[in-house]
Amino acid sequence: MRLYNGGLIITGIVVFLALATFPFYYNIGKANAKPDIKLEPAIKMSEERYGKKQCVEPKEWIRREHMVLLNHWRDAVVRDENRGYLSTDTGTRFNMSLQNECMQCHSSKKNFCDQCHNYMAVKPFCWDCHIAPTEKEEARS
Amino acid sequence: MSMKRRDFLKIAGISSILSVGAKIAEATHPAWVTGPDPKQLVPNKQALSAKRWAMIVDMTKFKTEADTLKVIDACHRAHNVPDFRTPDGKVDKKLEVKWIWQAGFERAFPGQDNKYMSEHLKDMPFMVLCNHCDNPPCVRVCPTQATYKLKNGITMQDMHRCIGCRFCMAGCPYGARSFNWVDPRKAANLDVKRGGKLNNEYPQRTKGVVEKCTFCTERLQIGKMPACVEAAPKGALLFGDLEDQNSEIRKIITTRYTIRRKPDLGTGPAIYYLIGGSDHA
Repeated sequence: MRLYNGGLIITGIVVFLALATFPFYYNIGKANAKPDIKLEPAIKMSEERYGKKQCVEPKEWIRREHMVLLNHWRDAVVRDENRGYLSTDTGTRFNMSLQNECMQCHSSKKNFCDQCHNYMAVKPFCWDCHIAPTEKEEARS
Repeated sequence: MSMKRRDFLKIAGISSILSVGAKIAEATHPAWVTGPDPKQLVPNKQALSAKRWAMIVDMTKFKTEADTLKVIDACHRAHNVPDFRTPDGKVDKKLEVKWIWQAGFERAFPGQDNKYMSEHLKDMPFMVLCNHCDNPPCVRVCPTQATYKLKNGITMQDMHRCIGCRFCMAGCPYGARSFNWVDPRKAANLDVKRGGKLNNEYPQRTKGVVEKCTFCTERLQIGKMPACVEAAPKGALLFGDLEDQNSEIRKIITTRYTIRRKPDLGTGPAIYYLIGGSDHA
């Protein structure tokens, strides 16, 4: 068996592989560093509001499922006029509201939303309408 | 009942695919396929409730145009309604978004005007808003059920669902709906950088959705009366339960002569107007 035009074909394959894998090499050690999440303002606020450090549900669950939770909250508030949510974790009653509950503790959109969302390249459209809290140190973007 | 073998196989096939799909969803996404337990979702204790919310606009109590403007301003501030202006400071009619606005008698009550009616009545700036109809055309035409009736009679909208088709605007005989032609954040009154003020407790809207009065359902849910009722001169706007025989508004409607906008269309508007010259007209 003989490979015709072997030089060209092999060069072509090498060039193709180099181009196709370029994004991976290019980004090594760059943008893929995990965000170092700062949670400071939240914890203080929740202590003021509810007397202890707590979120609506356990932290790990919230990290995984908050988008599902928010969708259900939205439907309950907008379509069924229910505002109160009883936590399965602690039984505490929370006001189902992004602006008036979540962002009261998580008072920095940059720290709580954008860090992970940017890392994961997800662009939820919450803030097209909802009003983000004013960032304290830096000017509003 | 008989069934063709072919139809049976189709139904059996589809249902088995669905059940496998549900199992996969459950396995890969364990928490909350069905959402929270209904027991976890509870209305606020202080929420105001009614079988049928309705409003009386007592035009005798609106002494000057400033009274109406104050009401409009309170509503629009509470709901972050953009106030688009042309360079010379007038309301930009092309972009205008309005929840409450003013209309003369002929526009508010067409067909009920006459050539010799008093100038006073003719020029009276009626406060008009969404009528929260019993049978709202906007709800019937909405292709996504973004606008719908709540159990308490309020015609509500879900901005998350609105696709901006504007069928509801064509359907509404009262012109109560406004379209966001541009991002409302471009209006000076909502642009924080240009000194605009936002109500941080209520969202804005985005470009490409239709909006209107919601009878302040978000305020009723926390036990407050609508923003317009609070801002109006005392007794000028009455808000209550039409189905409750002992409510103030029901008593007024049964004892005094009220008119509604375009009732002949069969939409069943829930805004009643008292327009008499004296208190007992």
